[in-house]
Amino acid sequence: MLNPKQADKIASAILYAIAGFVILILAALLGYILYQGVPHLSWHFLTAPATAFTAGGGIGIQLFNSLYLLVITMLISFPIALGAGIYLNEYANKKSRATALIRTAIEILSSLPSVVVGLFGFLLFVVQFKLGFSILSGAISLTFFNLPLLTRSVEESLRTIPDLQREAGAALGLSRWETVGHIILPAALPSIVTGVVLSAGRVFGEAAALIYTAGQSAPALDFTDWNPFNVSSPLNIMRPAETLAVHIWKVNSEGIMPDAAAVSAGSSAVLIIAVLLFNFFARYLSGVLFKRLTATK
Amino acid sequence: MAEEQHLIFDEEQPERYVYDMDETKHEVALSTKDLQVFYGDKLALQDADLKFERYKITSLIGASGSGKSTFLRSLNRMNDSVATVKGNIMYRGLDINSQDIDVYEMRKHIGMVFQRPNPFAKSISDNITFALKQHGMRDKQQLDEIVETSLRQAALWDEVKDDLGKSALSLSGGQQQRLVIARAIAMNPDILLMDEPSSALDPISSAKIEDTLMQLKEKYTIIIVTHNMQQAARISDYTAFFNSGKLVEYDLTRKIFTRPKVQLTIDYVNGNFG
Repeated sequence: MLNPKQADKIASAILYAIAGFVILILAALLGYILYQGVPHLSWHFLTAPATAFTAGGGIGIQLFNSLYLLVITMLISFPIALGAGIYLNEYANKKSRATALIRTAIEILSSLPSVVVGLFGFLLFVVQFKLGFSILSGAISLTFFNLPLLTRSVEESLRTIPDLQREAGAALGLSRWETVGHIILPAALPSIVTGVVLSAGRVFGEAAALIYTAGQSAPALDFTDWNPFNVSSPLNIMRPAETLAVHIWKVNSEGIMPDAAAVSAGSSAVLIIAVLLFNFFARYLSGVLFKRLTATK
Repeated sequence: MAEEQHLIFDEEQPERYVYDMDETKHEVALSTKDLQVFYGDKLALQDADLKFERYKITSLIGASGSGKSTFLRSLNRMNDSVATVKGNIMYRGLDINSQDIDVYEMRKHIGMVFQRPNPFAKSISDNITFALKQHGMRDKQQLDEIVETSLRQAALWDEVKDDLGKSALSLSGGQQQRLVIARAIAMNPDILLMDEPSSALDPISSAKIEDTLMQLKEKYTIIIVTHNMQQAARISDYTAFFNSGKLVEYDLTRKIFTRPKVQLTIDYVNGNFG
């Protein structure tokens, strides 16, 4: 028989090994992608438009499209997720059947495969609503994909704020709305922001839901034209917009440029770096916000 | 437990004694009548008709689960969302337990301090001014004055006057509790309800809170739940002893601790149970 001390040592060793294994997988994956991709990165690669048949194309437009689509998606999904999260945690009767129904709906929505969401978006927005392959179609589809996660993250953030804070507000004669808006939300903001930035990382890397909605082509953009109603303006939300992740998929499946492998490796590295930046930025921002919000000077 | 139940029905002792406050001699700030509190179907509190004298401290004592906190939290309707409260709570001639009372307005008059300090994640001064601003006070100078006077009354001013902009979360537990008291006072309430305000604090901080309460009773009617019988004996004018969801004895504090009339109170005060 093992004595408790030995048992504890063995358990610790096994758990350490498992944790180490996870880190090893991540490190190997990141290391391989960066090792393959980083040598191809250059200012030219990051800014030039893609080419179809010749070598030396870049990912400038795709990179911009990814960022712009992300912003539009967040503009649509964050207000909805915030409202839904506040409702579920602060207002909803936790035992009512309506709440249970909403929760089930959110869970089902979050488990839908993104390619199915994409095809649904294609049929409904692209074809039925005649929005075409566009940033708007893509952003709405991504909202479907993003909403459950974001709602859950807002709700979880609010739940970590102790009820004592709600009671404090109530005891001072503040209404529930005042308490939520001015005490609970600010206190939860650092973790809400973390959730938003982390989900931004996921949206940024999403490909399947966009292939049939935002399209697979990246028409040339005129970066001096900021009128969102012009076809070649970067801000136009009705134009087709191949994103970086879609570009990787496309180059790998049907790319005929001579340097397809290099473009794919470089794009993957950029994507990974961007997602990593989102993660680090989330941590940094939440720390800064927490300090800001808790003091006036 | 069997023995205690036997004691309730001791023939020579009354089962209950409630001090009959003469309303012509004592100004009653708050009173309850036929109060019943249900959690779901379960009756958690009954038979608790009490009158609280103005500018006095009244302690509510009793073992855990005796209903004293339930009673306290019913007084400013903090139990509304979790319990059903029946009966009357009379304040200035109004039944504040009635449906058409604006509870938010009522709570400006009946403030509350909780067991664990719960300052907002804001600066010290914002903790005090936030609710006032929400209620429409805009005058910066007036707000500054209220910050100072309420912090002084809560005996915290000297410790924090140089860093009012600092996060309230950086204060010690005892300081946070006094800040929360200052926050409640800033609303200029009539009545302060306190739910074991010093039980989470060390003895020195606890003593400071007691000093603060002694000062505060000149201006406020204080009703305090406490587990600490020495504390009840030291600071309060009246004491109500609760057991098993009922009021057992209510009297002047010195009587409760020297010559209680009900056997159950005698046992509790002497530490025979609880």
